[in-house]
Amino acid sequence: MKKVYGSASEALDGLLHDGMLIAAGGFGLCGIPELLIDALVESGVKDLTVASNNAGVDDFGLGKLLATRQIKKMMSSYVGENAEFMRQYLSGELELEFNPQGTLAERMRAGGAGIPGFYTKTGYGTQIAEGKEVKTFHGENYILEEGIFADLAIVKAWKADTTGNAIFRKTARNFNPPAAMCGKVCVMEVEEIVEPGTLDPDHIHLPGIYVHRLIQGDHEKRIEQRTVRQKETA
Amino acid sequence: MPWDRNQMAERAAQELEDGMYVNLGIGIPTLVANYVGDKDITLQSENGMLGMGPFPFEGEEDPDLINAGKQTITELRRTSYFDSATSFGMIRGGKIAAAILGAMEVSEKGDLANWMIPGKLVKGMGGAMDLVAGVGRVVVVMDHTNKHGDSKVLKECTLPLTGKGVVDRIITNLGVLDVTHKGLHIVECAEGVTREDIIKATEATIV
Repeated sequence: MKKVYGSASEALDGLLHDGMLIAAGGFGLCGIPELLIDALVESGVKDLTVASNNAGVDDFGLGKLLATRQIKKMMSSYVGENAEFMRQYLSGELELEFNPQGTLAERMRAGGAGIPGFYTKTGYGTQIAEGKEVKTFHGENYILEEGIFADLAIVKAWKADTTGNAIFRKTARNFNPPAAMCGKVCVMEVEEIVEPGTLDPDHIHLPGIYVHRLIQGDHEKRIEQRTVRQKETA
Repeated sequence: MPWDRNQMAERAAQELEDGMYVNLGIGIPTLVANYVGDKDITLQSENGMLGMGPFPFEGEEDPDLINAGKQTITELRRTSYFDSATSFGMIRGGKIAAAILGAMEVSEKGDLANWMIPGKLVKGMGGAMDLVAGVGRVVVVMDHTNKHGDSKVLKECTLPLTGKGVVDRIITNLGVLDVTHKGLHIVECAEGVTREDIIKATEATIV
């Protein structure tokens, strides 16, 4: 069971094909698989459908794959941070399937848990419910949403052991566990790979069964909105 | 004088009670945190955190620690982290007592529109559709009219909806209105604002 690869490109070798569905972890620029995204840019794979809450910013994260036009369709909840995304969408060059954030997370989790569909109140009576089955439970209306079964998941964790048991840090966890779960194959990048036995088994956030390939690398970890407060002067 | 942003936030903070788990939206709702005083409120950030603390001091920003508006924040002693599926499980599951959100339009039936203007502005709903569907109480904080002076409190929303019949209370710069079966009920006027001022600035039915 060799999971550790030398680079992002090596870890993606043999997994890519045009038109594939990729689930990506991260929220905004926080906890995004930045090294694997760069490797996807390099690979030239195209016509991608990418399920990811956001699409990065113009020059970082998934925004790089939009700039190179490798993405055909995004499944996202929020694109407000990305001018190029909005431009491509409004001009009809990019397909966009809006998913409420919780619906997107649950669609990934469900796909990974072998659940092809579930009913949710979220979005009932809005345009995202159009064409979706409605069912009433306990007098309330719910819409049918489908699980996501991705060809590939790309995710980022803080630390993992060589068997893929992973730990995330603070809010960088976000979409990474559900995205990892819904991939037929999951490639994970981490800041540090450690030997088995180093991480407390009770503290593992994502068991290694969900992680097929693993790389360690240096991350830029760009901050999208730097907000601070002033120290009160006595 | 109508309320300013901070006064609206201060009024919205009165909606919160001791022990509540609360989600605050982006914009004026974020300011509500400044006015909770001694109340024991736990703030949720829907990307995956309970117990959100204030902005960090300069030099202490952590790229792994942001709120749902992607702003750098800090943790508290009570903080817990979780993934986004778990986060929206607690939202959809009704564990969050209240959400305070901004809006582009609200209707007298409690319909809310705050995620896109077709052909012009496409931001996305983020977690707003899940929040309004799942939390115990939805309070909207917004200006009563837009920059052209048109009412944002309408009989019917003109923009794509975020949720249908989901808003409980509207706090604007002019006052506080509750959504009732018959129409909107004026609960409170901002200091120096009359009922007539509110009725004049409102397209929706006021009862």
